[in-house]
Amino acid sequence: MVEHPRVAATIPARAGVGFKPEHAVDILSGDAAGVAWFEVHPENYCGAGGRPHDTLEKIRARFPISLHGVGLSIGGAGDLDRHHLQRLKALVSRYEPGLFSEHLAWSSHEGAYLNDLLPLPYTKETLARVVDHIDEVQETVGRRMLLENPSTYVRFESSEMDEIDFIAEIVRRSGCGLLLDVNNVFVSASNHAFAPEDYIDRFPVEHVGEIHLAGHAESVDEVGAPLLVDAHDRPVIARVWDLYVRAIRRAGAVPTLIEWDNDIPEWPVLAAEAARAEALIAARRTNHAASP
Amino acid sequence: MPRHHEIEAAFARALLSEVAEPPPGVTSHSSPHPVRRFGVYRNNVAASLIRVLEGRYRVVERLVGEEFFRATARIFIEQHPPRSPALVDYGGAFAEFLSSFAPAAPTPYLVDVARLEWLEHVAYHAADAVPIGRDALGAIAPDHVAATRLRLHPSLGLIRSDYPVFSIWRTNVEDEEVMPVSLGTGEAVMIVRPRFDVEVRKLPAGTHAFLAALEDGQTLAEAATAAMADHAAFNLASALAGVIGVGAVVGYH
Repeated sequence: MVEHPRVAATIPARAGVGFKPEHAVDILSGDAAGVAWFEVHPENYCGAGGRPHDTLEKIRARFPISLHGVGLSIGGAGDLDRHHLQRLKALVSRYEPGLFSEHLAWSSHEGAYLNDLLPLPYTKETLARVVDHIDEVQETVGRRMLLENPSTYVRFESSEMDEIDFIAEIVRRSGCGLLLDVNNVFVSASNHAFAPEDYIDRFPVEHVGEIHLAGHAESVDEVGAPLLVDAHDRPVIARVWDLYVRAIRRAGAVPTLIEWDNDIPEWPVLAAEAARAEALIAARRTNHAASP
Repeated sequence: MPRHHEIEAAFARALLSEVAEPPPGVTSHSSPHPVRRFGVYRNNVAASLIRVLEGRYRVVERLVGEEFFRATARIFIEQHPPRSPALVDYGGAFAEFLSSFAPAAPTPYLVDVARLEWLEHVAYHAADAVPIGRDALGAIAPDHVAATRLRLHPSLGLIRSDYPVFSIWRTNVEDEEVMPVSLGTGEAVMIVRPRFDVEVRKLPAGTHAFLAALEDGQTLAEAATAAMADHAAFNLASALAGVIGVGAVVGYH
């Protein structure tokens, strides 16, 4: 294996994008178009060798990266998959990501992996379970993780707590940080008929280490009520950009990622989305410096 | 109050069930019985895993058609859900599943095509290793050649089929219009990834037995004997040149 000299691991408070192998040639030929960092799903790098790792090594040599897990099932009732946790530990040690995150969701049940981010009821019991899982992740991997707020389509009659109270209590007990997905806020707000602005205003932003932005698909349920799906297959909509500005007004300039995982566009289209986030971060810095 | 494990179990059952019904206790602000909302999760699970299998079994899908493939994949997923979030490992049981899947019985060669495609996938992600050059064996003293053991590339896969599995695969991958393939003769295939690109090669007679013996740790002399037992006219020098030439050998001792 070729050893590449690497840039530092720290993710700057700038715009990044989810890395797609389709864009490797554009990015590595020097046309990163101002994109400052990249994020990957560690689950896509669980093979032993070959082109995926070779490409990621080249990306990592030039850019800081973030590992964003989708498969740990932190919100699951069962034990964490220890073998997968060891794989994540090995990937963290190999690629030295600047940030490491996972979801408030479950994806495995009794050994079967369902390949989706599934919702959980918010109860004292599930809270304790999630905190135990995060403790185990942070101890095993040896670093603090960020937990992402979910986008959800249904709710549970058994839920006893509000999502933000639930998340805030997880942070208090586990010491983890947060990844605020602004598109998820908008999707969930539409699906459960609450005001996304209230969610942004109440979110414990002092623990936010990263923000996600993405596009979503619009549909309706059987009674004609909005049903938004977190599809990551199109540009970020104007209302989500507005919510983002509202979020960074509170949270300050934080690393911000554009996620685009399906119907992947040409590199310049994705880079332009990142440039838009970059401009808003820069404006936030300027405004902050100008305010008394 | 139902406990976490029971809620999750009911949710998981409803995700994979043939009936599109949300589990008890799952609701929404607009409807107490959110079939469409729950359906988003059901669709995500099935569609994403079908996409994974489609990516791995493109030739099988081309042979049977998209509709048949997706319906078959859905049944496979129900019976063999992934056991790990590392989906790189998912789908290896598909060939075995097809071998006892009655609707696929009229096309028995599908099973070996699926095996070939799985070995391609495995080779693509296998560990890296640097192949030796064509002249490397020249460094071995002539009286040591017979007792030499070759180390084969970690990506190497071998198939021997009663069907012309290479010809079927090749015309479906490379030809714009699929060419007719006569099913009369079997073929043996080697799959290997010397650096980043996977090579799929049809093996001359005897070479499959030769490589299988080498893979088993036998010496060159033993492997040549096995190859000649399989095919009397086996030529060791040209077989060696072939397997080293493609990059399937990474060392010897």
